[in-house]
Amino acid sequence: MPVIEVQDGAVAISGRPVLRGIDLCVGRGEFVALMGANGSGKSTLVRALTGLRPLSRGAITLFGTPLEDFHEWHRIGFVPQRSGAASGVPASVREVVSSGRLTRRRLLRPLGATDRRAIDDAIELVGLGDRARDGVSTLSGGQQQRVLIARALAADPELFFLDEPTAGVDLPNQKVLTDALASLKERGATIVLVAHELGPLAALVERAVVMRDGRVAYDGEPIPDHAVHEPWLGEAHGHHHHARHESAHEHDHAPHVRSPLEGRP
Amino acid sequence: MTPVELFSEPFMQRALLAALFTGLAAPVIGTYLVQRRLALMGDGLGHVAVTGVAVGLLTGYSPTWTAVVVAILGAIAIEVVRERGNTNGDVALALLFYGGLAGGVLLTGLGGRRAAELQQYLFGSITTISDGDVVVTMVLAALVIVVGVGLSPQLFAVAQDPEFARVAGLRVRFYNLIVAVLAAVTVTVAMRTVGLLLVSALMVVPVATSQQLTRSFRATLVAAMALGTLASVGGLVISAFASYQATVAPGPTIVLLSLAGFVITWPLGVWLRHRARLRRPFADEAPDEHTVSDHDHDHGPGCGHVAVPHDDHVDYVHDGHRHAPHGTHYDEH
Repeated sequence: MPVIEVQDGAVAISGRPVLRGIDLCVGRGEFVALMGANGSGKSTLVRALTGLRPLSRGAITLFGTPLEDFHEWHRIGFVPQRSGAASGVPASVREVVSSGRLTRRRLLRPLGATDRRAIDDAIELVGLGDRARDGVSTLSGGQQQRVLIARALAADPELFFLDEPTAGVDLPNQKVLTDALASLKERGATIVLVAHELGPLAALVERAVVMRDGRVAYDGEPIPDHAVHEPWLGEAHGHHHHARHESAHEHDHAPHVRSPLEGRP
Repeated sequence: MTPVELFSEPFMQRALLAALFTGLAAPVIGTYLVQRRLALMGDGLGHVAVTGVAVGLLTGYSPTWTAVVVAILGAIAIEVVRERGNTNGDVALALLFYGGLAGGVLLTGLGGRRAAELQQYLFGSITTISDGDVVVTMVLAALVIVVGVGLSPQLFAVAQDPEFARVAGLRVRFYNLIVAVLAAVTVTVAMRTVGLLLVSALMVVPVATSQQLTRSFRATLVAAMALGTLASVGGLVISAFASYQATVAPGPTIVLLSLAGFVITWPLGVWLRHRARLRRPFADEAPDEHTVSDHDHDHGPGCGHVAVPHDDHVDYVHDGHRHAPHGTHYDEH
């Protein structure tokens, strides 16, 4: 039984078709890299897979359950695309990571011994054991990204979605991230990772899915970072593609809002 | 009247109770608002509640209850605009600010009431609070504290990162609505204590003060509650004693005392953060070349130079240089 299955998936944002004709099947234990240029729809696909964006057509099943009936969120770990882990009020590394444990906790119950152990293990795995009590805002960008990964780890999920975990992260931190993901892979977790460039992660990737203009342009063996932008990619699938690179008027697909009630997401 | 007599007066005891509960409850919800970077939401709701009070004065219903209802409607409106309009939460707040205040003043005039009547809600009149109002204040404040503290793991996660919270299976919209409604309730609770125009100060200033010194969310929340209580009860007591000499209103005294706390802790926070920055470990690796520093000062604990961990040893910052002990001399790092 595949962990993720998408059949003829399409997503429209504010009426504008963004993803279309997506067919994807990810098996247990696979390490998939979703690649593509800015605005190619790779983040949108992950947002659709996690239920943050509704499909306008087609169907998604996770662990054999249709997404709309899926409630076992503790089996999913999500690392959103973010610039940092800080907010308006100080929060310690431990507190941020603890919020990842909420999927396994019931309302109004304090943290149990199992919860604490899982939280400590997650912090240890990303190499921040000595910073657990420090405020997240005092950490570097790369360390904050590691905190977000530890938060996703805390619930012991089987399926991970990571949206650009290495964007803006320096090489030493990318290596720590890679080590953490390698140990997840050893545990048998399924990992779907959005990346602009793979860097040290390339050694782990077993399968590359390249998005272009909202379609899957390539799905198969890992390919080098620069090949993602080659015009020939995807020709084998019979689609007609222009060798079009990012142009100035292209945004990510977030609608640009001009008045308070306009631009419903 | 001696101070003992003053504090044994029933009106003063009612005022003390109201101040205690308001001071404890307001920073709870203030912490979540500051975390969402919505520190001014309390002000927006305060202005909306002015209309609510005016509706009460016009219709003859209790202004406390009409204010609760109108403030909750305003809070839901802000939440809807925030959710639909992505980034324009501040514009929505501004619209409600003006609409709420203008509506309140207009309705008060229509009802033939004098502005002075509205004034006790705008700037608070804790010493004229009635028995029934004290009970309502205590019950609503207790509700805010129980929900705000009890659901703190969920509310923290939702405010910290809504998208993550949604994928974690939390009902983000529901929790956002809880915060909005609790904020509206808090505004009405604090209305009698510090007044609608100063409500937000009691929600936000203790949080701003406590986060100067804290590193974790829980510590910030608890410290803010303590500071809020200290400010509201302390401000009331100060104004009671000061009233022997001059006319001192409790509401502004509470707010100014709270602000004084911030003014005192702010430099302390700046200094603590500065110190933490100086002592943050150097991340780079020790240089391969071996440059000997030539000076006869003995570095060590308490030598007066900032000691910073570096790899497996300690560097001492000396006149802008980094000295690492090596045998009997120091290396430049």
